[in-house]
Amino acid sequence: MRLEYFQLIDRIVDLDLAERRISCEATVPSASTVFEGHFPGFPLMPGVLLIEAMAQTSGWLITAMNRFERMPFLASVKEAKMRTFVLPGYVLNIESKLVHEGSGYAVLDAKVKNNGKQVCDATITLRVMEFPNKELAGEMLKLAARVGLTPEAALNA
Amino acid sequence: MSSTFETIANIIAETCDIPRDSITPESHAINDLGIDSLDFLDIAFAIDKAFGIKLPLEQWTQEVSDGKATTDQYFVLKNLAARIDELVAAKGA
Repeated sequence: MRLEYFQLIDRIVDLDLAERRISCEATVPSASTVFEGHFPGFPLMPGVLLIEAMAQTSGWLITAMNRFERMPFLASVKEAKMRTFVLPGYVLNIESKLVHEGSGYAVLDAKVKNNGKQVCDATITLRVMEFPNKELAGEMLKLAARVGLTPEAALNA
Repeated sequence: MSSTFETIANIIAETCDIPRDSITPESHAINDLGIDSLDFLDIAFAIDKAFGIKLPLEQWTQEVSDGKATTDQYFVLKNLAARIDELVAAKGA
């Protein structure tokens, strides 16, 4: 995780477009300015960032399904549950599965595990739109490569 | 049409917390009921699930933007119900 860049995903571990699911890995940094405020003397991964990690994981699935031609944006989060504390240094496995692909939107069930134990889960709705500009489309390609996703990989998933 | 309308009216009432008796076939989802685009995503999801279809929201939005259709054609509930019936019939054809 690079919290300061809002990059919550380290790498894509598994992508299965036939089953319409994805699994990603992310390690909570051992130190971050975020933990200076959340909380002083008791550093905890903020729940909102865990939700963002689930949204980004879900987003990579939708990006791959759309062959990098469309961009997912977070629209809503339902039934979000933070089941236990997530501490600096934890290695997280983040999974998401498509529940429904609508016209211009997608609904996914996502969950985060640490050592096999579920730490949080939510239902995520993403708007799926044309890229608003070429710059973002290009940056998303770079970011995708960083987490191990290329258009070629998406085609073969 | 009536049962389709009843289903979508119930979905709207539950999703948007709008009194069921204020929702009529003549109601315009946006102009009369004040449903915004985010709430309409939830409604679309519930309609898609209930009828086993995929409401072509993007196509409809584009047609309205291009001046080829009015919002009344898709978002007045009796018309929305008719569009849903068409989609269900097309699915079974």
